[in-house]
Amino acid sequence: MSARDEIFSNIRRSLGVKGSDTIRQQIVTDRLERAPRGVMPARGQVSGEERLALFRLQAESSLATVTEVASPAEVPQSIALFLRNHNLPASLRMGDDPRLAAMPWSETTLDISHGVSEGSDLNAVSHAFGGVAETGTLVMVSGAENPSTLNFLPDNHIVVVSAKDIAGDYESVWNRVRFAFGKGGMPRTVNWITGPSRSGDIEQTMLLGAHGPRRLHVVVVRD
Amino acid sequence: MTVHTTSPQFKKNAARALGDAQLQKALSNVKQGFIDKRQKAADKLPEFEALRDSARDIKNHTLRHLDLYLEAYESKVKASGGHVHFARNAEEARDIILGICRDAGARTVTKGKSMISEEIGINHHLEANGIRPVETDLGEYIIQLRNEMPSHIIAPAVHLNATQVEQDFRRVHKHLDAKRDLSEPVQLLTEARAVLRERFLAADVGITGANFLVAETGTSIIVTNEGNGDLTQILPKTHIVLASIEKLVPTLEDVSQLLRVLARSATGQELSAYTTFSTGPRRPTDADGPDNYHVVILDNGRSAMLGTNFEEMLRCIRCGACMNHCPVYHAVGGHAYGWVYPGPMGAVLTPSLIGVDKAGHLPNASTFCGRCESVCPVRIPLPKLMRHWREREFERHLMPATVRSSVKLWGYFAKRPALYRFATRIAMGTLGFVGRSKGRFKWLPMAKGWTKYRDFPAPQGETFQARWQRERKGRTA
Repeated sequence: MSARDEIFSNIRRSLGVKGSDTIRQQIVTDRLERAPRGVMPARGQVSGEERLALFRLQAESSLATVTEVASPAEVPQSIALFLRNHNLPASLRMGDDPRLAAMPWSETTLDISHGVSEGSDLNAVSHAFGGVAETGTLVMVSGAENPSTLNFLPDNHIVVVSAKDIAGDYESVWNRVRFAFGKGGMPRTVNWITGPSRSGDIEQTMLLGAHGPRRLHVVVVRD
Repeated sequence: MTVHTTSPQFKKNAARALGDAQLQKALSNVKQGFIDKRQKAADKLPEFEALRDSARDIKNHTLRHLDLYLEAYESKVKASGGHVHFARNAEEARDIILGICRDAGARTVTKGKSMISEEIGINHHLEANGIRPVETDLGEYIIQLRNEMPSHIIAPAVHLNATQVEQDFRRVHKHLDAKRDLSEPVQLLTEARAVLRERFLAADVGITGANFLVAETGTSIIVTNEGNGDLTQILPKTHIVLASIEKLVPTLEDVSQLLRVLARSATGQELSAYTTFSTGPRRPTDADGPDNYHVVILDNGRSAMLGTNFEEMLRCIRCGACMNHCPVYHAVGGHAYGWVYPGPMGAVLTPSLIGVDKAGHLPNASTFCGRCESVCPVRIPLPKLMRHWREREFERHLMPATVRSSVKLWGYFAKRPALYRFATRIAMGTLGFVGRSKGRFKWLPMAKGWTKYRDFPAPQGETFQARWQRERKGRTA
């Protein structure tokens, strides 16, 4: 018997069930189909300004920095200012995201390059798929628009997120993922990012900048 | 067989740990840090207790339908272009992984933290076959340099102090300036970051564990704070996920429930910095990511736990809260347990996976104070399960003759209440009379194990039962 078949037959023998039991199959199919929500923390069940304020508060408590701009046109200047304020080089790596591409980068002196990160970029900008106010989490999806390597290799990661894409809870973002990728479908990678990289492995003292970005800066676009 | 165990020598291990000053200093970080942080995180979320119930119910439901969710998961992974391999035991898992690495022409393999990879001893197997495994989680990297096992499931190097890490870095990172300053922990972190960045970029294969597998979408999930797991899986051409059968959950909604209790129970964070959902290999629309995606699903004794008293242990999501709150773990640390999983969860799981004949000491290394159960995010009744092991150990005559005869003697009296009351009255009366002047004993016959470390308080002369009778009479009168 193959390893696979033996494991399945052991599981079924231990549980005292048969794989052909249609009632069990129906229960499983139904749960996978309906994907019922469980306990929903009241904290995330807020909307409008209250939700944005919660997102900001939670992101900042995870040690990200957050700034808000009124429109996409203001993003390049805001990022240039952030880099200048932290004495960081005026260079920026990004993918092919059309929302980022449409922004007026030429109004700044930033040196923009495109593509995945090879490990030497100091600064990168990505556009988030969404955000979750409950924990101040950014939701990134993989693709040429926003390569996953930009989320992890640069020292300073800047993420642009539209205020309208910030949900109260994770479940609302999964609904949007299902709408975009089909039920049961997923992009290759979904990254939830909550604050910059850190480690507590030396004497249980939390230190920032373990293997991923030392800084995480969020630009919320409120149009 | 799985990796070597020193669990049979638990008592010797524990005695050595108690006398190890470096270890005792390091362990004070566990007592101080984790407990407060978890409590604060739990207090901040009014629904935390309800979420623990929800997490327990999701895991129970999944385990009762594990065959079907595994099938659903497998077909989803295949549909997304990934490969699923099943391994009955450690040896099969090692061979599958070695085969994938060889097909990839791998010379170096980066690794995210995975307790299952410790369980199957994959590092030694790869090394023996000419492939260099590089642990990338900072704690795992440190213990790999020291050729040690993790002493904690989420903080593998918790048994070490910064000065010890400094010595190891100086010993191994010979290419760096010998006069460099490493006196601050942040300098150690920065050095490890630079050294490992090279390894990440050079690796041919990345191996990660999985905190969860989602049947609905064929997705594997890792949770990290460092981002090392992500660099392990997006940079090399091949990504291998190593997971055991009980990591399954039905849907993205279900895993969101579990994620709400995982980090809070583990480190007291609301969420870890990185939660990553991976589904299959690189797509045509991707600019980066692995070309090959393999999942190795390990049983290694778990399917036999289903339908037994120990099925509840398969709910475990490996947060480490039980050991963070365990007075025995606080005293002896993780290595004393002698295998991969320490603390209360290890005391229950280890006998299931390597046999109660080898690991019988572990379920006995508990005061049954119940703190582990009170903080477990999936409400595993750990003390009850440890008691089940003690019963089995007794039934199978695995306890030493002296313990067995003492338990039998006690059982003889306990089953005869009148005799029990009489005997205890005599004993307590005698001890109370003899010890009444000093109030304590420095030495007692047959109690050397106790009096070697502390005095035995003298009883007041009356048994609890006698006093109970007396006071109840007084109250009803």
